[in-house]
Amino acid sequence: MAQIASFSIPVTEARATVTPRFFDRPLSISSRITVLVAALLLVPVYFFPLYRMTLFSNNFTDGLNLNIYAGSLRGDQSANRDDLKEINSLNHYIGMHPLEEADFSEFQWIPLMLGFFILLSLRAAIMGKMSALADTLVAFGWFGLFALWHFYQRLYTYGHNLDPSAAVKVKPFTPPVFGSAQIANFTVYNYPAVGTYLMAGFVVLLSAAVVLSMRAKREARS
Amino acid sequence: MISKGASSIVKSAVQASFLLSMALLLFLAGCAPKPKVHQRGDIAQAAAATYVAPGDLDQYYIFYSGGQSGSVFVAGLPSMRPILTIPVFAPYPATGYGYDQESKAMLGKYTWGDVHHPALSQTKGDYDGRWLFVNDNANNRVARIDLHDFKTKEIFGPIPNVSGNHGGAFVTPNSEYLLAASRFSVPLPKGTYLPIEQYATNYHGVVTGLAVDAKTGHISLGWQVLMPPLDFDIGSLGKAASEGWAFWTSYNAERATGKLEVTSTQRDRDYIVAVNWKAAEQAIKSGKYKMIDGAKVIDPRDAPGVAFLVPCSKSPHGVDVTPDGKYFVGSGKLVGITTVFSFAKLQQAIAAKNFTGNEDGIPVVNYDAVKEAEVNVGLGPLHTQFDDKGYAYTSLYVESAIAKWKLGTWEVVDKIPVSYNIGHLAIPGGDTVHPDGKYVLALNKLSHGRHLSVGPAQPEDTQLIDISGDKMKLLYDAFTEPEPHYAEMIPADRLHPIEVYAQAENHDPNAVWDVQHTGIKREGNHVVVHMTAVRSNFEPNKIEVNQGDLVTIYLTNIEQTTNEIHGWALEEYNIQIAADPGETKTIEFVADKPGVFAYYCTKFCSALHQEMQGYLLVKPKGGAGTKTASTHGSHEQLASAGSR
Repeated sequence: MAQIASFSIPVTEARATVTPRFFDRPLSISSRITVLVAALLLVPVYFFPLYRMTLFSNNFTDGLNLNIYAGSLRGDQSANRDDLKEINSLNHYIGMHPLEEADFSEFQWIPLMLGFFILLSLRAAIMGKMSALADTLVAFGWFGLFALWHFYQRLYTYGHNLDPSAAVKVKPFTPPVFGSAQIANFTVYNYPAVGTYLMAGFVVLLSAAVVLSMRAKREARS
Repeated sequence: MISKGASSIVKSAVQASFLLSMALLLFLAGCAPKPKVHQRGDIAQAAAATYVAPGDLDQYYIFYSGGQSGSVFVAGLPSMRPILTIPVFAPYPATGYGYDQESKAMLGKYTWGDVHHPALSQTKGDYDGRWLFVNDNANNRVARIDLHDFKTKEIFGPIPNVSGNHGGAFVTPNSEYLLAASRFSVPLPKGTYLPIEQYATNYHGVVTGLAVDAKTGHISLGWQVLMPPLDFDIGSLGKAASEGWAFWTSYNAERATGKLEVTSTQRDRDYIVAVNWKAAEQAIKSGKYKMIDGAKVIDPRDAPGVAFLVPCSKSPHGVDVTPDGKYFVGSGKLVGITTVFSFAKLQQAIAAKNFTGNEDGIPVVNYDAVKEAEVNVGLGPLHTQFDDKGYAYTSLYVESAIAKWKLGTWEVVDKIPVSYNIGHLAIPGGDTVHPDGKYVLALNKLSHGRHLSVGPAQPEDTQLIDISGDKMKLLYDAFTEPEPHYAEMIPADRLHPIEVYAQAENHDPNAVWDVQHTGIKREGNHVVVHMTAVRSNFEPNKIEVNQGDLVTIYLTNIEQTTNEIHGWALEEYNIQIAADPGETKTIEFVADKPGVFAYYCTKFCSALHQEMQGYLLVKPKGGAGTKTASTHGSHEQLASAGSR
């Protein structure tokens, strides 16, 4: 993992003459606690949706809601409606493949990756080394970008792989990854949800931990 | 020549006579009968009071009895907008009722009923919103509608020994019992023949409490009390102070037959029957009954204290108990007086044995000892309802009016004309210990001239009247099909009906939810089909059978969204089913007609609703083929023409 972050090594080598190499620096206590908190922040990600897609139409003024969790796909459910079932019922007219959990490999690897990052950040907090923290941060960045790209791919595939024998022919489309779009009689809103914000919080806290350690060093020197 | 003075006299005489004749004309014009203008309230005020904006909801549910339609009508108050018909005793193709196996089994061999009195279930004297019970005056049944899904769940009867069940359905304050009674006394058990000359001695009526299961609402026989051959009319339950008692009016104390219009109206008084149903329960427990046609019937001679007769002005119709249970009010249809009886005085008279006689061993209580007041309400009083401010409202059939009078002072304080000939009147919560005195419904029997003319068959006119102030104000005319008799109203927030049968709660063993599990199986000459319905297809969409096969189709609507109802109609087989979201219905028929028949969705469900169809192919006995070679040829031509 250290290699992943190695592109930044030349920047820090200049200071290596006066202080320990950046990656060898120990983490301050406050920084280690921050990393610990960040690790804890990833735990609820399992229980909150990462993304929430809402579809409004004249028939559904309250919106049909689709929630994408780390390990599952769930429509809002009320006594009078099962939104996932309803979305699939409607989508079959345009020949969209039904949204089924079993088709999503993400629901296997995303929970595993989350676990991996919890362990990785705990390792950084325990080892108390900048390199471990930087590795975690950079790897998580790649993971996040990959997940987003993958999500876009999913949306593209569902909107383009339409059954040619479908009753209603629509122009292939890609629902927005962030924002809204008009698709047939539906206005579709797609935005990150609590889970994604928690992951963003994770990144912010890890970055803060880096800064805290740097500042602690500076204060120790002065 | 006439003098100037004379000419002026003549002039003034002419003037005077002209003025006089004008005055006379005006006077005569004033005397001439004027056509009566339709009664109407303050229009702007009434419009604001009843307007419910699009998308907004009404404050109360109205449940009208549907009379001879055999149904219950649901509407909203104050808008009076009709919402739904709940079929009960009659097939109703609109909702597929009476065509599937489940509802066919409930209806039995009857195709109609006469629904007079809806009764919402009660807990502690208030509507609890669980069930709605209704009576059937024609075929002596009662039914239970579950307010969880607004569907008829149970039809009980014909009730043994009850003939002409007009005296139901009314419920006890904790829904322990549902009342039923004989309007037409007959020889018992039913099915017995005795000449009409034996009417006075060997014909009988019964009054009944049908037991209601507290958990399931299931109806069963409770107690019956054997009665003299009177005509039992309408029941009412004691509550609060008088809880444990039931009251029915009766007519024909003469025990007459023939032209009852004359023969049953000779005496000045008829009776209100007061039954101590807790004592009746005790009598059953201690074995003081005999079995008649499977029912436990108490002979009041064997169980003193169960039944008493209270004289009432002749030919009474309604008997109604005040919300506090302290008084019961009876009105003779043929006099202008409503009598208020004191329940406490009834108890004292019974304790003091202040009786004036008996009818077949049932004591007749001294009228003067029980009477609290006689109220001069007006002509043809029928029913009385009460508000939450100590006022009573009595419907006046002959007078076409409602009289408002005060409990305690017993004085009429207001009167409002209605259009026309009011039967029942109803206040929300009217049969409970907590009536809500904002509105009263006038359930009028005649509507002539108040609606767009629709020919000789006319609807009923139910009028909404504001009773929140000192003066009653007419707000709205609502027309319904024949024929609501009575209505009960419950605040909208008291009911929480489902709109979808959740998949998890569908316990029909024949339900299928996945196309993979649909299919056609043959067992001898019985073809069993498991079918799904979902926008916009049936699966399977082709069923091939042999002529004479028994076909059973288990149709599951696999939708889980509100209002996605699918129909299933089979042409020329007289079948029309409706399956609500998540519901499974059983369709059964003998494929006795050979040929190809389409089945299709009857409920416009989606953009491709019209395409939601399939074929039943019935192979004729004696081999496949068409009727004749020539028709075969023409079919081929049609087919090729269609494919071009």
